[in-house]
Amino acid sequence: MRAIKPGKIFSICGVLGAILFVVVVFSLKVGAYPISVRDIVLTLVRGMVGHWNSIPSSDRLVVFGLRLPRIALGILVGAALSVSGASFQALLRNPLADPYVLGVSSGAALGAICALAWFPHEPWAMQGLAFVGALVTIAAVYFLGRRGGQLDSTTLLLAGIVAASFLSAVIMFLMTTLSGRDLRGMAFWLMGDLATTPAVQLGFLFLLVLAAIGAIYSTSSDLNLILTGEQEAHHLGVNVPRVKLVVYVGASLLTGVAVSVSGAIGYVGLLIPHVIRMIFGSDYRLLIPASALGGAIAVALADTLARTIAAPTELPVGAMTAAIGAPVFIYLLKRSMV
Amino acid sequence: MQQVAGNSPSASTLDSWGENPVRLVVEQVSYAYSASAAAAPKFTLGPVSFAARQREIVGILGPNASGKSTLLQILSGQLKPLSGRIELDGWPPGSFSLRDRAQRIAIVHQESHLLFPLTVWEYVLQGRYPHGRRLRFENDADILMAENALEQTGATALAERSMDQLSGGERQRVVLARALAQQPQLLLLDEPTRHLDIGGKVELMRRLRNLTEQNRYTSVIVTHELNLAAEFFNWVVLLQGGKCIAAGRPEEVYRAELLAQTFGTPLEVETGAGGRPRVVLRRAREDDSLVK
Repeated sequence: MRAIKPGKIFSICGVLGAILFVVVVFSLKVGAYPISVRDIVLTLVRGMVGHWNSIPSSDRLVVFGLRLPRIALGILVGAALSVSGASFQALLRNPLADPYVLGVSSGAALGAICALAWFPHEPWAMQGLAFVGALVTIAAVYFLGRRGGQLDSTTLLLAGIVAASFLSAVIMFLMTTLSGRDLRGMAFWLMGDLATTPAVQLGFLFLLVLAAIGAIYSTSSDLNLILTGEQEAHHLGVNVPRVKLVVYVGASLLTGVAVSVSGAIGYVGLLIPHVIRMIFGSDYRLLIPASALGGAIAVALADTLARTIAAPTELPVGAMTAAIGAPVFIYLLKRSMV
Repeated sequence: MQQVAGNSPSASTLDSWGENPVRLVVEQVSYAYSASAAAAPKFTLGPVSFAARQREIVGILGPNASGKSTLLQILSGQLKPLSGRIELDGWPPGSFSLRDRAQRIAIVHQESHLLFPLTVWEYVLQGRYPHGRRLRFENDADILMAENALEQTGATALAERSMDQLSGGERQRVVLARALAQQPQLLLLDEPTRHLDIGGKVELMRRLRNLTEQNRYTSVIVTHELNLAAEFFNWVVLLQGGKCIAAGRPEEVYRAELLAQTFGTPLEVETGAGGRPRVVLRRAREDDSLVK
């Protein structure tokens, strides 16, 4: 009999990484300006090795100026949402937990809107307040979801739904007071949208997301045990409160970053970890990196569809993930995979 | 096997027991549970005293709500005793770090609810967790230990099965296998024979007896099976309403009046084959006449 080895994780992640690369090339290809796959690959390779001058300027603008930043944003958001979904599922011991269902996305969105209203010229205020909004919401839902001192899965989900609808009401109220702003843009953003380039450097956001995923990953052996029961994990030597704190802060940070740049994109955090579990099993040492890549693939693909399906108009990517995610979720539910 | 330093607190007890030293000492241990610090205790336990060596099984017996599981939790280091002294190889269980404790003490619980499907093999490998770094991948030694644990509980054939597809008896063996994979010195079991039929109960008790001998465990088992305890255990501790009624060899503790009073049921004690006491229901003449 065998145990999971780092080599297996690397090879699975390698395959998922290759799929992600194919999705990126595909996504770079589709759009109003025609560009061949050969030119895309050439442009990417030249860009990577630093031969900027040998790239035709129009290709450079389309690939690096327009399409790649948006794809990178999709990858960032997909990885962040999907890892935070997997984390919340372990933290709350609930297979239906995900930042969207639990109202954490709405909390982060409220934080981001407050930042727009109060500190419109501070680039990091959106991320910061979105993070705070996510932290406060998950704490509130966690305490509302307890019944008789025990975390009750139904009560918890109801608390999440109630929190989400209450926070949406507050967001609506705030939006009406933000006069003179682009209301259609705001509505798109709330549905989940990757069209707006964030005010802060994408590279910093990537570092932040990687750090949070890394911190959560460092507890993955512990999460495996917590999934079989907190008491049992404690008896096997897991410092349960410490693990929960790391995962709680890490997952809130991921949700905060994702929502602050893309609004509330649903179903990614819920579905991707389940699909990965079905294919590769539920070991968190593999589940976390595989979910990150799977979420990146899913959001990059969904956004490509969202901006081409009704071209020249664009759909918000959140509408796309919901349109695909809801039927998939029902299918999994009927097969009792969830 | 871990040896205790000469100047450790239990050195005196060690000497008096000769070659096979006392591993677990419980001396005048008491515990009180109250809703708040100021309120009067709702439940008190103890004082309880007993001791056990390697390869010995201690049974904790008594009616429901007599404090059996509380005593087990105190032994596990989970609850701190109010007074008294517990030592495992000379050290109080509460003084170990969580991981050190999990390397020494394994606990087998009655129920565990699983969130996501897990194979038996993955479940048993979890028992190796306390023996490595925090983020870890199992090495060949871990795999060997887990395979060995499955073999010792007769669960090797189940390895690829999913945990939620097991029968009660199979599940009990797998849960036990994970505890064995921990390589503990002290094995604590809370009603392991619950949900098993008589064949399964005898098989499990015999297995626990053999494993305790072979692997040099000290086992403490909470159970309602008086006769199986008499058959397979070295020591029994009889609790009632948090009080320790008696502690000693089964043949010393199993006295008809004592058991009848503790369990509130007319019981008689016979001597079975091999000198082991056997508890039977007292034939009541009135009952017979009622049946007829």
